[in-house]
Amino acid sequence: MMDLLRSIGISEPVLQFMLVNAILGLSVYLTLYTGMFSLANAGFMAVGAYAGVIVTQNLQLPLGVGLIVGMLLAGVIAIPIGLPVLRLRDIYLAIATIGFGEVVRIIILNFDTFASTITGKTVTLTQGALGISGIPKMTQTWHLILFLIVASYGIARLHRSRFGRAMTAIRQDEQAAANMGIDVVYTKNVVFILSAVLAAAAGVLKAHLTRTIDPSDYGFNSAVEILTFAVLGGTTTLIGPIIGGLVLTALPEMLRGLKDYRTIVNGVILLAVIIYLPGGLANPAVWSRLFKRLRGGRKPINTGDTSL
Amino acid sequence: MLELNKVSRSFGGLQALKDVTMTVPKNQIIGLIGPNGAGKTTLINNISGLDHPSSGRVQFNNVDISRLPPHQIARLGIARTYQNIRLFGDMTALENLLISQHRRGKASILDTLIFSARYRQEERDLRENATRWLSRFQLAGVIESRAGSLPYGDQRRLEMARALATQPELLLLDEPAAGMNPVETRQLGEQILRLKEEGMTTLVIEHDMALIHQVCDAIYVLSFGQIIACGTPEEIKNNPVVIEAYLGQEDHGAA
Repeated sequence: MMDLLRSIGISEPVLQFMLVNAILGLSVYLTLYTGMFSLANAGFMAVGAYAGVIVTQNLQLPLGVGLIVGMLLAGVIAIPIGLPVLRLRDIYLAIATIGFGEVVRIIILNFDTFASTITGKTVTLTQGALGISGIPKMTQTWHLILFLIVASYGIARLHRSRFGRAMTAIRQDEQAAANMGIDVVYTKNVVFILSAVLAAAAGVLKAHLTRTIDPSDYGFNSAVEILTFAVLGGTTTLIGPIIGGLVLTALPEMLRGLKDYRTIVNGVILLAVIIYLPGGLANPAVWSRLFKRLRGGRKPINTGDTSL
Repeated sequence: MLELNKVSRSFGGLQALKDVTMTVPKNQIIGLIGPNGAGKTTLINNISGLDHPSSGRVQFNNVDISRLPPHQIARLGIARTYQNIRLFGDMTALENLLISQHRRGKASILDTLIFSARYRQEERDLRENATRWLSRFQLAGVIESRAGSLPYGDQRRLEMARALATQPELLLLDEPAAGMNPVETRQLGEQILRLKEEGMTTLVIEHDMALIHQVCDAIYVLSFGQIIACGTPEEIKNNPVVIEAYLGQEDHGAA
């Protein structure tokens, strides 16, 4: 399996980042699916990463504990953030959540002096702008695959539940959903928490891959990058953000052979996806239309895939 | 069952509703008529919680619901349809009805994750109930069709089925016969009367006087945000104030 991937330019570290980004794609997918345009994921990723690393590095505990602490902390922080912010809609929600991401980043940047002014002695927790380095490389590929499978299963089950139907209803018509007895505020907040927990998990796992983290890893750029995983992959099905995360991470690596032209070709492919597959890579409606247009031509989906 | 006491609603300088007082007694069908822009939909929005009165009280079964959010009002047993259809267009007819039964479900997220017996039983019940309502509104053939792609008449009936699947005590219908031909309107009237036999209480906004006369026990007439008359269909028909405000206008227009 690994040999096959290596032959198309995907080494194991690349595969690991692909999987992390697929998890991040799922995280932003949850909020988009419920009709919330939230860009808070990078912030929650930072919360998870720092909490997780402090647990594994300072307290010498196993990765599993760091993962749980990071996810719990992000979930708890999501409650007071979500309650006021989720009253906003569309672009206003996006701006408010970008604000949250910046607040997280700046708190992390200044947390050491903050701790020392309270306790009177310097406690090294986040190491400010320098970031934390020398994090043990604890994340294994199978951890990521397992986590992705569990998360996908959970979301797939959620879609088939009362709660999942409420999510869809809210996206389509919030007021009509409320008139059907759906508690819109509650549903949105729970989804926001779930999304934060997933982002935090990705943050913990990624920190134990890269082995160094610093606040600039979790800025606005990162928030937008996570959004593109879901948007380019497609937000109508669960598969979309996973494919988006995998493909967008793999693409630059697979194009390495093109040397100087790499970024150009990468950009052209992304533009082509946006123009010809407007609903994202994994949009069943668009594929079936494409299939019809290419009728007679054999395996149009395969030819599409190999060109990537 | 439903009592409105001096309900007023103003948007800035515009007084959309002014001291509206009306009662909808249990197991009756009450009509609400009035010229366009009289405030009928605003009134229904104020009852269903999409909008809240600036002053006055809305009471349902002696509970003050004037300030409650819409989902709590729905849970108390009020369901509605909309003047311009608001189905969940990307979902199937069946899914639309599953959503409307949201408050009846008890299964937790955990039940769903582990696919527990409780969850499966509940899903079966919800589906059965949804199918029953769909066949009652002659929609059995389109259960799996996308709601947004159904023909207009089907969408109207689906919206009503969706409202009824919430198992309400009070049904608010906002122009249910809009766009229907006389035969369809007649059938709709029969459906509404059948619901009454089963104990339903209904408040219906309608321009179609044939339907109003077919189903209503009493009629309120709203004009420029105020109730100008109320009474039986016969009384309203001969009330000079109403004829001037409402029926008179139509004489110059369509007829």
